[in-house]
Amino acid sequence: MSGEEFQILGFTLGMAALAMVAILPPGLALAWLLARRTFPGKAVLETLVALPLVMPPVATGLFLLRLFGRRSALGRFVHDRLDVDVIFTWRGVLVAMAVMSLPLFVRSARVAFEEVPLRLEQIARTLGASPVRAFVTVTLPLAARGLTAGLLLAFARALGEFGATIVVAGNIPGRTQTLALAIYQLIQLGRDDAAVRLCLAAAGLAFVALFTSERLLRRRPS
Amino acid sequence: MRLALRGLRLPLPRFTLEVDLELHGRVAGLFGPSGAGKTSLLELIVGLRRPTQGSVHLAGRRLTDAAERSFVPPERRRIGYVPQDGALFPHLSVRRNLLYGAPHGDPTGEGKNRLAEIASVLEIESLLDRGIAGLSGGERQRVALGRALLAAPELLLLDEPFAGVDRPLRGRILPVLARIRDDLRVPMLYVSHEPEEILALCDEALRLERGRIVAHGAPAEVLASTTTSRAAAGSPS
Repeated sequence: MSGEEFQILGFTLGMAALAMVAILPPGLALAWLLARRTFPGKAVLETLVALPLVMPPVATGLFLLRLFGRRSALGRFVHDRLDVDVIFTWRGVLVAMAVMSLPLFVRSARVAFEEVPLRLEQIARTLGASPVRAFVTVTLPLAARGLTAGLLLAFARALGEFGATIVVAGNIPGRTQTLALAIYQLIQLGRDDAAVRLCLAAAGLAFVALFTSERLLRRRPS
Repeated sequence: MRLALRGLRLPLPRFTLEVDLELHGRVAGLFGPSGAGKTSLLELIVGLRRPTQGSVHLAGRRLTDAAERSFVPPERRRIGYVPQDGALFPHLSVRRNLLYGAPHGDPTGEGKNRLAEIASVLEIESLLDRGIAGLSGGERQRVALGRALLAAPELLLLDEPFAGVDRPLRGRILPVLARIRDDLRVPMLYVSHEPEEILALCDEALRLERGRIVAHGAPAEVLASTTTSRAAAGSPS
């Protein structure tokens, strides 16, 4: 692989890793809410969280473009007050990856939380643990495997993100070009050899992430 | 113990739990058929459920009062609860299970002595560094009991803790419970199906049926009332 190809690979891995850091706090909170609480509008929230899974990614991208564009209140705030541009920058890549992979993480994390017996959390409370301590010392460690597996799955999804990214971040070589975007461009240019090399790299990464995720879910602690 | 349950009401799927009760004994035995609401009653006392009406007071301290909308969360009630399955934390060693609720930051080493004392009473000293997975049913229950005791509870609720333990072992656990009563002086509310356990351990007894206390008094009397009502109903269970 060429230096340029390594750069693309590194950039994609870095962005996907950052996206995982970004989705961890909201993902854990959403998954816990869906697993442990009943509240009005829960079904609507559930559906909204899952929506990016089934919507055309390009449509999600257009929605994000509008949300962070200069004509929206949020976009103006981010530009004027924080002096930050999201659209057509690496931050756009990050946002697209995060939004597209969040549903996968929330779904896995929700199951992981549901599998922790409520009884154990209740017993922790009777032993003097606050709800936060019970969560940190009982729920989180017992759900850790499922949470890690879910995060790897989301990471694999983020690595391959294409549709939303190309709308929000464009396809700017050296600045916003991820693995998937580069493969697309190489095919357009007829540079099939390079495209195949990147495809193999993408397949390898996805394989490792998915394989590890599955292994984590299979190997249950006794 | 001075446990007062006044006008307590909790709707359950098949009936409504309605209890008005004051307990003064060192150990009270609670028995009744499966599904009578025994576990729900314990959960109301320990604070895992909220009643729709009524109040719970322990030693003069208000724990729940539905009318006043006051509710002390379980972590501040100092009531130990040992459920049927023990509910040990599977990711922690026996020692860390035992110490989970123990008061922290004890500089005098008193906490360490307390662990040794309770482990000795429960005969689980040799298990301290083991994991949970390899423990037998009887060992699990003794660890669960020790974990509840190390949190220094003012009242201990035991929900048929030895139901899954074979009979010879149960015979050995009874003296252990008697030592908790006499040496550690922790008041207990003890749910059991075994009349001999109630007779040996308790100084008062209660019988719960379909959410209501149908007998309350000296263990021998309450047990006798049980036999009568069973015979009258013609049900052998």
